[in-house]
Amino acid sequence: MRGASLAGLGWLALALGAIVYPLVLPGAFYVDVGTTLLLAAATAAAWNIIGGYAGQVSVGHAMFFGAGAYLPLLVYKLWEWPPIAGLPFGIVVSLVLAVLVGMPTFRLQGHYFSMATIAVAELIRLLVATAEPLGAAIGLQGPAVGRGIWDLTFRSGLPYYYLFLALLAIVLATSWWLQRSRLGFYLRALRASERAARSLGVPVRRCKLLALMLSAAFTSAAGSLYAVKTGFVDPESGLGILVSVQMIIVAALGGAGTLFGPVLGAFILTPLQTVTNTYFGGEGSGLTYILYGGAILLIARFEPGGVLDLVHRLRGVFANRIPASEQSRHAA
Amino acid sequence: MILVQVIVGGLLLGAIYALFSSGLTLIWGMMNFINFAHGEFVMLGMYAAFVMVLWFHAGPLAFIPFAAFALVLVGLLVYFGMIRSVMRGPMLAQILSTFGLALLLRYLAFWIFSANFVSLPPTALRGTIRISGILIDVPQLVGGVTAAALTIAMHLFLTRTRAGSQLLAVAEDRAAAMLMGIRPDRMQALAWAVAAGSAGIAGALIAITYPFSPSIGEVFGLTAFVVVTFGGFGSVPGALIAGLLIGLIQALSAFYLGPVYKDIAVYALFVAVLWVRPQGLMGKA
Repeated sequence: MRGASLAGLGWLALALGAIVYPLVLPGAFYVDVGTTLLLAAATAAAWNIIGGYAGQVSVGHAMFFGAGAYLPLLVYKLWEWPPIAGLPFGIVVSLVLAVLVGMPTFRLQGHYFSMATIAVAELIRLLVATAEPLGAAIGLQGPAVGRGIWDLTFRSGLPYYYLFLALLAIVLATSWWLQRSRLGFYLRALRASERAARSLGVPVRRCKLLALMLSAAFTSAAGSLYAVKTGFVDPESGLGILVSVQMIIVAALGGAGTLFGPVLGAFILTPLQTVTNTYFGGEGSGLTYILYGGAILLIARFEPGGVLDLVHRLRGVFANRIPASEQSRHAA
Repeated sequence: MILVQVIVGGLLLGAIYALFSSGLTLIWGMMNFINFAHGEFVMLGMYAAFVMVLWFHAGPLAFIPFAAFALVLVGLLVYFGMIRSVMRGPMLAQILSTFGLALLLRYLAFWIFSANFVSLPPTALRGTIRISGILIDVPQLVGGVTAAALTIAMHLFLTRTRAGSQLLAVAEDRAAAMLMGIRPDRMQALAWAVAAGSAGIAGALIAITYPFSPSIGEVFGLTAFVVVTFGGFGSVPGALIAGLLIGLIQALSAFYLGPVYKDIAVYALFVAVLWVRPQGLMGKA
């Protein structure tokens, strides 16, 4: 009970800190780093629903992010609608994709799902890169100058910061609800052993599909907000494999299958990324990806539970030491 | 006539697909483990050949065995350094480990060799021959025939030799194999060595004919997934037939729809197969 309220206090402090952060550090650079961090945390938390809780490792979540990013700019291009109006369409497309990938593969072992996600994501990227109505390799652009408040083109980064904060709050609240819901228990059960879960009457396929659809919808919404903010998307920035990689590494680094893991991962990775981009000359050098690959490999090899698991273990060691030291005092 | 030429070219490339996909299917069938870095192994084979030719002006008879040898070392290193311990961990770690490895290898290659396409300087293998009116590239012919022969050799190794039978025994039932005095660890290491080595040879064979860049590993990795899904879980003959089929489909879609669509056709087919017959054309459910 005390632990639970302590965690609640921690979350409250974190939320307050996130709200006042841009007011304390109002510089454009800080707001930008904060927004990047929130986006990383929100997408990783969305990935975490299927990849973490359900243990079905998607390596193609870029398809949902890309659907979310393309639709707002597409409705603007076609009908001159405000881009944000494309957000629900993006979610619909993502849900269709989720069913398309999930329905056949969730009957099979987990590897099939991973292979299917990467293949479908690549297929969509290749198709979009050749589709003239979607801007082909050049991509799509939003309104350069806002025609009104509903276009959400702000000069300052501040409104976007709070938009992403709201999204992260919604994803985390849903994850929190999921953890204690029947579906959440089913998901953890089937992650531990699918056969055992099925034998106890868990509707395994339906649970996995629900989790994937939930995850896809949130990822898509994050993509839409990203497109509204940047006003631009191309096949690489919306659908590239690095988009999927980013979500996986943030969630796995912090701790997949936990509520706080994706947030912690974003807190570790985003500053690191900012530093490497500043000192190693941007994303083009490829060094960032070498570090990503190495980091994923090392996490998988040595700390599959992520940093959060490591912290818990260290705390366990620390907690055990106190009675041990008291014992020695008694002995003396 | 030109159609026949396209078909022959597709089959010859498909034989090489079959060779590296056999490695993937071997590990999958044996350890229930998907190597997401398998395409990068093929890419490393290409650059191993490239380095040998560049530094030592080696001919195909030297750089193909070198690529095999280098990749056998890589495979053993990966198995003993990572896979063996990851296999005991959760599913997440299993998938992430080789996925991270794939990224690492791909972008290391970018860093060392740059993103530009390169091709091997013309070797002893060059020119074209004419067989009943069809023009066939000699390097392509040698590559395809060698790959098909090696894939068949791998099948014979698995089914006709003592080590191969031990390997299949571990794949069938690990515990029972242990009771028969077979060490699963050794057999799995052997499987990784064979799989990586065949990927290396396949890479060197493709490099003789086609230009390549570090990002080509991703394409080959996905191609191998498609071939393995088509051919069925752990089946080398299945991979041979599926590889030839995929090569053929690719060549025909490039011919009729345009070169941009050759990968699109293959991935779309993959999604279709997952829906209709996920256990593969020849696999068991």
